[in-house]
Formats: sequence, structure tokens, C-alpha cells
Amino acid sequence: MAPLLDYETLRLIWWALMGVLLIGFALTDGFDLGTTTLLPFVARTDQERRMVINSIGATWEGNQVWFILGGGAIFAAWPFVYAVSFSGFYLAMFVVLSALILRPVGFKYRSKRSDLAWRTRWDWALFVGGFVPALVFGVAVGNVLAGIPFRLDSDLRAFYEGGLLGLFHPFSLVAGLLSVAMLVLHGAAWLAIKIERGVVHDRASRFGQMAAILSIVLFALGGVMTATMDMGFRVADTVDPAGPSNPLLAGAVAAPGAWLDNYARYPWMLVSPALGFVGPLLALFGIRSGREALAFSGSSLGALGIISTVGLSMFPFILPSSIDPASSLTVWNASSSHLTLFIMLVVTIFFLPIVLLYTAWVYKILFGRVTLRDVDTNPDFY
Amino acid sequence: MIDMAVVELSRLQFALTALYHFLFVPLTLGLSFLLVIMESIYVMTGRPIWRTITRFWGKIFGINFVLGVATGITMEFQFGTNWSYYSHYVGDVFGAPLAIEGLMAFFLEATFVGLMFFGWDKLSKPAHLFTTFMVALGSNLSALWILIANGWMQHPTGARFNPETMRMEVHDFMAVLFNPVAQAKFVHTVSAGYVCASVFVLGISAWYLLKGKWTALARRSFTVAAAFGLASSLSVVVLGDESGYALTDNQKMKLAALEAMWHTEPAPAGIAVFGIPSLEGRETRYEVKIPYLLGLISTRSFTGEVSGIFELVAKAEDRIENGVHAYDAVERLKTDRHDLAAREQFERHKLDLGYAMLLKRFVADPRQATPDQIRQAAWTTVPNVPVMFWVFRVMAGLGFFFILFFACAFYFSTIRRFDARWFLRTAVWIIPLPWVAIEFGWILAEIGRQPWAVEGVLPTFLAASSLTVAQLWTTIVGFTLLYGALAVIEVRLMLATIRHGPVEPPPPEPDVSSSTGGYTPLPAE
Repeated sequence: MAPLLDYETLRLIWWALMGVLLIGFALTDGFDLGTTTLLPFVARTDQERRMVINSIGATWEGNQVWFILGGGAIFAAWPFVYAVSFSGFYLAMFVVLSALILRPVGFKYRSKRSDLAWRTRWDWALFVGGFVPALVFGVAVGNVLAGIPFRLDSDLRAFYEGGLLGLFHPFSLVAGLLSVAMLVLHGAAWLAIKIERGVVHDRASRFGQMAAILSIVLFALGGVMTATMDMGFRVADTVDPAGPSNPLLAGAVAAPGAWLDNYARYPWMLVSPALGFVGPLLALFGIRSGREALAFSGSSLGALGIISTVGLSMFPFILPSSIDPASSLTVWNASSSHLTLFIMLVVTIFFLPIVLLYTAWVYKILFGRVTLRDVDTNPDFY
Repeated sequence: MIDMAVVELSRLQFALTALYHFLFVPLTLGLSFLLVIMESIYVMTGRPIWRTITRFWGKIFGINFVLGVATGITMEFQFGTNWSYYSHYVGDVFGAPLAIEGLMAFFLEATFVGLMFFGWDKLSKPAHLFTTFMVALGSNLSALWILIANGWMQHPTGARFNPETMRMEVHDFMAVLFNPVAQAKFVHTVSAGYVCASVFVLGISAWYLLKGKWTALARRSFTVAAAFGLASSLSVVVLGDESGYALTDNQKMKLAALEAMWHTEPAPAGIAVFGIPSLEGRETRYEVKIPYLLGLISTRSFTGEVSGIFELVAKAEDRIENGVHAYDAVERLKTDRHDLAAREQFERHKLDLGYAMLLKRFVADPRQATPDQIRQAAWTTVPNVPVMFWVFRVMAGLGFFFILFFACAFYFSTIRRFDARWFLRTAVWIIPLPWVAIEFGWILAEIGRQPWAVEGVLPTFLAASSLTVAQLWTTIVGFTLLYGALAVIEVRLMLATIRHGPVEPPPPEPDVSSSTGGYTPLPAE
């Protein structure tokens, strides 16, 4: 079976698809993470909290699959990236997984008992399940931009230098806080369209406006730091985009400031950072003027812009190595085989539209605002 | 050299998290289909009692389901976190079924499960049944893809080693998909899940019958579970995955180990019902055997030979010696990828490359191995015989017991006798047994695969990430505490829900928006 597309094109498509999955995760499960982060602050009474929880109660589970699928797809299409990143971020991954484990349990078990202490504990568990992953994902992206301290031996086994605390430095903290602001904004925009207008709605809107402003400021700060700090890598001109997936065959070097190269070479890429600013601005405007659909579109565009900016700035790098740039993983040296990429593309083209179709159907069935009254009358609510 | 403490701790963590995850999965697999059956009866008959039954078991399903999902998150990422070299080495093959699982199965299951719980008053009856069916289909398809991935670890077809990228790569995806080991495993595993759910539903129904509570629900649930359980328990034993054992050297070794068969016997070989296998003496004492049976079961013929451990070890020794040539070729190709002589040498010996890697446990460079080390490495291909021997007997014994149990249950439900107290009591007490059988089955499959992560391709001790012992202890203790706490909470909530029974909350004041469905209070008992 000979794949119909050449290796270089398939690699590009899978690089873009990895972006699609990450953005899909941010746009769907992102508002779940934002919503549970806001939960203890925008909703005070049990009734209010149940309204917030049930605004995502029926759909968060499907949304979370974007995360699981992201893991699976990176494993299938970019096995090097899967192997190096998750073991390199070992303890950080443990923290994220533990926080995410609290989430399903929190949703389901909170409502099983009526005593307030029990419910408050689960509210904070849900907060952790939203805030911690949002923060750590951002911190991880900050570290990827700065370069990860790993090297490969001749068997292509990865070794790391550095632990959990080394992940936290000024730039990665800015990235982490940006991620939190972006997802809190998205969560607030979701609450704006999904719950009835009233006191909770007002509080969510206030948090949303703050998050929108913070998101713009932190994105700008991150951009300045990327341009001025000792960051950036370049691949050798001789690299073969259709060569074997073996990082040791292709040379890469550290080149401070190189993360801006692509924008000079391909000015159309500037659309991404522009969206990173325009999106939150639109969301801010939408929230203030009570145009909630606009607010949600704005926060979605913002997430799209911010995440794609990271990908485009680094292209063709996926995971640069700070201690041994020659071990860096790029689009040209870290993918699966030609055949696997092709098969997985066929499978994706077939199934992803079906997934989108039934997801849309489910959202349509559940369309409409959740009200405080629903909380009292619907026996199926959490 | 490889740090064996890191390897052993990584195995411990994987075993703990996988066995824990698998406490919840079988019930999900089976209960989802039982829900489909119950709800189908509701849709066909329109009788409200079946709605109550479906909703009650649905509530229990939900409590169990979330922990399956929560602990599944860990599994999806654990190959990357703890088995980094494995992920690199076989990701080109192994990653695909995991990704397809997410895309085709888990999305289906997770998207519809919310609607299944929240959609009772938003959907028509057939539409809600469709939703329940999608959840069942999704969870069972999920098992299919996971077992295709696991089946490939047991019998790695359709892939070959590429020295340029230092990993296994797919050349025949259909072979991976239609791997006979994976197919057998899938049927065996989901059937086991159906048995588990049937025992569970039957046991709780029996408890209600003993207490004289909710008997209308209990009798009907009893009947559904008895029929479904009988069919599944037959399927789990008859379609057990022994059929794949004759395929390859490692599968043969697995069979020899679980039978503690040290030497090849003339065909057809006998099956041991009892014995004390000893690893040190490499023999089985006090053996009681039924003649001919093993040969018949595993080779489906009177003449097929079942190989013994000693013979298989001798074969492994040859393959190690052969593999060293392949290893040597790969090392030469590393320095010059266009070295034609090395390439040709590699092609001749590549099927045994994995065997040479077994030597890395004893010597850094397999080419320097002494004959003694080769013999030592060959003996590492024998899994833990006494554990395999006993774990298999417990699992298989329970399998036969369940057939008997469901035959009784089916008989009682057919003659509509729901008051045989001895049977009801048994049904309550045996609720934990399917979990014992299932976890033992998993242990058998995975211990039996040792010393390989991927049979004949990559030894387990080379597959782990380059982590430290401290990091591993942190996560093992962390997961144990977290999972332990969740287990306690889960069991308590489950028991409370069962004790509480199928009580529906009082209907709300009449409202136009809820006129499409509404809920029926439970009919008076």
C-alpha cells in the first residue's frame, strides 16, 4: 500500500492536525476548565453552584475526549514527542492527571450527598481540577518555547536534566498565567451564554472582563519576552523534510530571537498573534455590551490565536532541546512512518466529521440557558 | 546500565493503575448492554416499571463509569510518562489503535453518556434508547481498540524494525487490525465484562429479594441478568483466548508456563489439575493430570505437539545467538547508514534482534556476551511459572463455576421461583468473584508476556523511561493515596445507592416545559 501523499505533506498535515486537536481541546474542554476555576467565586450558595455545574454537567465528558484524543494522536503521529514530553514533564504530568481525575468524580459525587461540608469539598476539588491543569499546561508550553533539557543517545533513548521546580521560571509563569486567563475568559463567556441572567451571571461577567484584560496584557508580555530573552532555535538548511524520523540526522542550533523568523518570512502568519489580541478584545466588548454570542466567539478566537501563535513561531520545531539542540524534535524528524501518517489521516478524515456531527446534535438537544429553577426541579441534575 | 529498580517500580505502578482501572471497566462494558436490554423492553412495552429499572441501574452505572473514565486518563498518558522508550520504539504501531480508540469509541461513549443521564425529559423514548445504545457501543468498541493494541504486544504482526529510525514501523496495517490474538482477547474480555455485570445485577437483585424490598424490580432484573449471564459465561469459557497460544514462541511459552509443563510430551499432552511448580528445581511436584486434554484444547488436534519449557528455552538460546548478528549490523548502520554489508546482515537476522536485547540485562554490549550469559538470558524468557499456574487455575475454575451458577439462575427465573433462599444468599456472596477472575486474567496475560514488553521485539526492562527511584515513589504513593480515597468514596456511594433503592424524587409541580416526559413514581409494591 503506497500512500497517496508524499511524506513531507503528510508531516505538515499532521503538524496542523496536532494544532487542531489542541485548539479543539481549548475551545471545548477549555470552557469546562474555566468554569470550574470560577465555580467557588461566581457562585456562593449551593443552588447557584449547582446551576454553574449543570451548565457543563452533560457535556464536559465529551469535551474531555479532545484531551485524551490529543494524547492518542500525538502518540500515533508524533511518537517521539509523546515519549519525550510526557516523561520529561513527569511530575508535572502527575499533578495534571491527579487534578483531572478529581473532575469526573467531583461532578458525579458532589450531588450524591446533601451535607454542605461534603459539597464544599467537592467544589474545591472541581476548582483544582480546572485551575491546576490550566496553569500547568501553560507552564509546559512556556518551557517548550524556552527549550527542554533533554538529550538523545544513539539508541534514541531520551535523558533529562532538571526536575519539577525547574519548570517554573518567569517566562513559563507568564505563559501559565496567560493560559489561566485565556481559559477563565472562555469559561466566563460560556457562563454568559449558558446560565440565566442574574447575580451569578453578573459575577461571571466581571471575572470575564478582568480575564480578558489580563489575557491581552500577558500575551503582549509573553511576546516581548520571546523576542528579547535568550530563546529560539533554527534548523540547518540542509535538512530533508522527507528524511527518516531520526533527530540525530538533522542538525539544529540555538539561535536567540529565532522564534520571530517565521513572521518575517511569511507575513500572513501575523494573523495568529493579531487574533490573540483581537479575540479577547471582542470578548471584552461582547461581555460589556451584553452580546454574549459575540463574547464567546471572541474568547474562542482568542484561544485559537494564542495557541496557533505558539505553533507558528516555533515551526518547524516541536520540542527543542535546551542542553543539546541537535537532539531537538521537529516536524521533519519526529513523526511516525509515512504509512502510519497516511492511515491515520484517512481514519481522521472519516471519523472526525462524524464526531463533530453528533457532538453538534447533543449540544442542540441541550440548547438553552440553565436556570436556578431547573436546579430545583430536574431530578437528573447533579 | 539499566536501573532495575526504576524498571520494577514502573511495572508496579503500571500494574496498580491498570488493575485499578480494570475494576471499573468490566462493569461498564456489561452494565451498558444490560441497560440497553432493559430500556428496549421499556420502549417496546411502555411499562413504567422498566423505566424505573433502567434509571436505577443507570444511576449505579454512572457511579462506576466516572471512575473508569477518571482512571483511564492515567492509562492514556502512562506509556509516555513511564514507558518512554517503549513509546518511541513501537509508537508507530501501538499509537494508532489508541488514537482510533479515542476518535471512534471514546468520543461516542463520552458524548452520549451526558445525554443518557440528562436527556430523559429532552428526548423521545426511541431517541433515548439510541443514546444508551451509543454508550454501550462506544465502551465496547473502546475495548476492541485497546485489545488490538494489547494483542499486538502479545503477537506483533504487520511491523518491522527500521534501523534508520531505530524503531518498529508498520508495513501491514490490516495484519495489526485482524491480529488473531487481539480478536480472541476482545471476545474473551468483553464476555468477561458481561459476566461481571450479570453477577452484579443478579447479586443485588437477590439481596432485594431476600429483604423483600423492591421485589418487582428485583425479579425482572434477576431474569434479565440470568439470561444475559448464561450466554456470556458460556462465551467467556468457550471463546477463551487459548486459541492463540499455538501461534508463536512466546505464546507457546505462556501456555507451557501456565501448565507448568517443563518438557515436551508426546501428543496429545495432558492437562494438570493440581501440582506444586518450583522455579528453582524447574519441575512440578505432586502433579495430577488429565491425559490428552491440553493437546486437544490448545492445538485442536490429536497430533499437535505442545512444547515444554526446556525445549522453548533451547530455542530462545538459538535466537539470542542469531540476534547478536542483527544487533551488530544495527550498530554498524548507526555509524554508516549506507553500509551495504551491514544492511544485508541485518536483513538476514532481523527477526531475532529483540532476543539479543535480552542480553543487555547482563552485559552492556550483547556482542561481548559469553555462552554462559546467553544461557542465562535464554532462561529469562520463562515467566513466573508458579504464579501463572495458580492464577490460571483460579480464573478458569471461576469461569466454569459461573456457567453452573447462571444455569441455576436461569432455571429459577424460567420456573419463576424467586424464593430459593440458599441460591439468593449465594448470589449475594459471590458478587466479588468476577472481579477476582478478571483481574487474575489480566495478571495471567501480562505476567505471561514477560520478559517482553512486546513479544520477541522489546524486553520490558529496556522499555521504561529514564526516571529516578524518587520520582517513581512520589507518583506510586500519590496514585495509591488518591485511588484509595476514591475507592472508599465510590464503594460507600454505591452501597448507599443500593440501600436507598430505586426511589425517584417527587415529581415537580406541573410545568409546560416538562410535559414531554415527566417521571413516574414507582408503582406501589
